Amino acid sequence: MSDTYTLYNPTVMEHFMNPRNMGDLKDADGVGEVGAAACGDIMKISLKIKDGKIEDARFKTFGCGSAIASSSMATELIKGRTIDEALKFSNQEVVDALGGLPPVKIHCSVLAEEALKAALEDYVKKHPEAASQVGAVSAVAA
Amino acid sequence: MRQVFLDHQSATPLLPAVFEAMRPYFTEAFGNPSSLHHHGLRVRDALKQARQQMAALIRADSEEEIFFTSDGTESANLAIKGVAYANERKGKHLVISATEHPSVMNSVEFLEKQGWTCTRVGVDSEGIIRLDELQAAITPQTVLVAIHHVNHDIGAIQPIREVGRICAEKAVPLYVDCEASAGWLPVDVKEFGAALVSFSPHRFYGPKGVGVLYRNKKARLVSIIHGGVQEGGRRAGTENVPAIVGGGVAAAVAVTELDSRAKHVAELQARLWEGLRSKIRFIKLNGPEPGPKRVPTNINISTEFIEGEGQLLMLDHQGFAVASGSSCVSKSLKISHVLGAIGLDHALAQGNIIMTLGKDNTVEDVDYTVETFARIVTKLRGMSPMWDEFERGVIDSVIAPTGRGKSFSQHAADVSGKPAH
Ligand code: FES
Repeated sequence: MSDTYTLYNPTVMEHFMNPRNMGDLKDADGVGEVGAAACGDIMKISLKIKDGKIEDARFKTFGCGSAIASSSMATELIKGRTIDEALKFSNQEVVDALGGLPPVKIHCSVLAEEALKAALEDYVKKHPEAASQVGAVSAVAA
Repeated sequence: MRQVFLDHQSATPLLPAVFEAMRPYFTEAFGNPSSLHHHGLRVRDALKQARQQMAALIRADSEEEIFFTSDGTESANLAIKGVAYANERKGKHLVISATEHPSVMNSVEFLEKQGWTCTRVGVDSEGIIRLDELQAAITPQTVLVAIHHVNHDIGAIQPIREVGRICAEKAVPLYVDCEASAGWLPVDVKEFGAALVSFSPHRFYGPKGVGVLYRNKKARLVSIIHGGVQEGGRRAGTENVPAIVGGGVAAAVAVTELDSRAKHVAELQARLWEGLRSKIRFIKLNGPEPGPKRVPTNINISTEFIEGEGQLLMLDHQGFAVASGSSCVSKSLKISHVLGAIGLDHALAQGNIIMTLGKDNTVEDVDYTVETFARIVTKLRGMSPMWDEFERGVIDSVIAPTGRGKSFSQHAADVSGKPAH
C-alpha cells in the first residue's frame, strides 16, 4: 500500500500532502524568494509583521516533497515570534520538528531558513524605522 | 486503493509460468552447474535451454554466444571493460552516445581515469544520435562503439542498423544496449551488426538477478570478474540458476507475445499522451512522438512550473507508480543527463515524469491516470511561486512563450545568486 511505504516519514508526508500556510499574503510586510543553488528549486515566504512580531506567514514552493514540507513547517514555527527570534531561526529546527529528513534533503530545509530571512530583510528594507528597534537586524540588512 | 503501475522500465511482475518454471530450481534441482555429479549436470542442461531461449529472442546463431551476468549493469561493465582490456594494445579509444545508460557512461569514465579516451556523440532534440558525428568520431584507435537501441529515459529508437553499417565499414565492434527494447521490439543481432548485445529479463516479466550478454565469437572479450571458469571463462561466479531458468521462459514467451504486447502498449501510449496533452496546459513530450521512432512503452513528459518529485509523491499517494528525471529525485541533485543532452531547459527537466506501460495496463488505467494527473498538476501549480509569477507576467513559459517576463532560468539565477545547472 502506498501509505505504508513512503519516501519520507509520516510527519513530512503529512506536511507535504496537507501543507499549512500555503499561498500568498495580501499586503505582506515582507516577501522573500530564494532559489536552491544545488537543485534549482525556488521558495517564497510572505510575512505579516505587527509590533515587531510575525503575525502571519505564507509560503509557495517550486520544489520537492521535502522542500514543500519544510516550508509548511517553517511557516508554522515562526508565527508569533519576534523579528529578533525569527532572525535566529535555523533550518535544524525545521528538520527536528519534521522528525528528520534524508541527508540529501537537508538543503531543502535550508531553503526555508533562507526564504524566511530574505522576507525579514525585505521587511527591514521597507520599514527602516523597525531596524532601530531590532538589535540583530542591521547585521542582516548589511 | 486502486493501483496503477506505470514503471515497467524498472520492474515487471513475474509471469505465473516463469514462477512455476523457477520453483524446482530452488529446492530439488539445487545443484551447482559446475559440479560433475548428476545434480550439477541436471542444472547444466537447464542453463543450456535458457541460453537457447535467450539466443532466440535476439536471433543469435548459437547459445554459445550467450553469457549470463547478474543484471544489465554488469553486462554493460563486462561489454565495455572486457572489450577495452582485450584490445588495449590495438587502441585506447571508445565511442558512445551522450545519452547512454549510467552503467555505460560510468564504465567509460572509469576507463578514462586509466588512460582511455572516449568520444561522446551528440543527439538531436528528440534524442536520436547524429550519424555524421558518429562517423567522424571513429578513429583507427577506436576499439568499441557503444550505442543503445532504445533510450531508457525518453524512449527514442536509434537508427541502429545504420550505426551497425558504419561500424562494419570501419571494422569496429558495436555493443548495443537493448535493455529498454528487448521483449518489446524485435532485436536481431545480425541485422543490427552488433558484436555485443545486452538485455535483462526483469524488463519483460522475468526475474531480477540475471542479465544477458550476447557476444559474437569474433569479438574479443576478457573477463573482469575473476575466479572459476564459468560462462566460458568470461564471467566467474556461480550462476543464478532459478533466475536464469525463469529468464529463459520469459524470453520464450516474449518471442510469441512480442507483437501483441507491442500493439497493446502502443495504443495505450497514444491515448495517454493524447489525454495528457488535451487536459493539461504547458506540458511537453520529451523524445519522439509516439510512432516508429519511439518505443511503445514509454512516455516522458515535462509539466511546466512544477517539480517532478512532488508529482511522483502525489501520484504514489494515489496509487500510481512512476519515475522522474528531476534533479530533486537524484542523489546527485542533477537532472537526468539524457534531458540535458537533448537540450531541455532546466525548468522543464525539473518538471519531468516518466511513465512506462506494460501488458497488463488497460484503457481505464490510462484514462484514470490522465484524470488524476491533471488534478495533481493543478494542486501543485497552486502551490508553486512559478505558476503565480507566470500568470502575473514576471516569468515566461518555455513551452508556449507569451513574450511577457523573463525566463525561468534567469529568474532562478536571480533568486539563487547562481545559474541553474
Ligand atoms: S528542493 Fe530540490 S531537492 Fe528538495
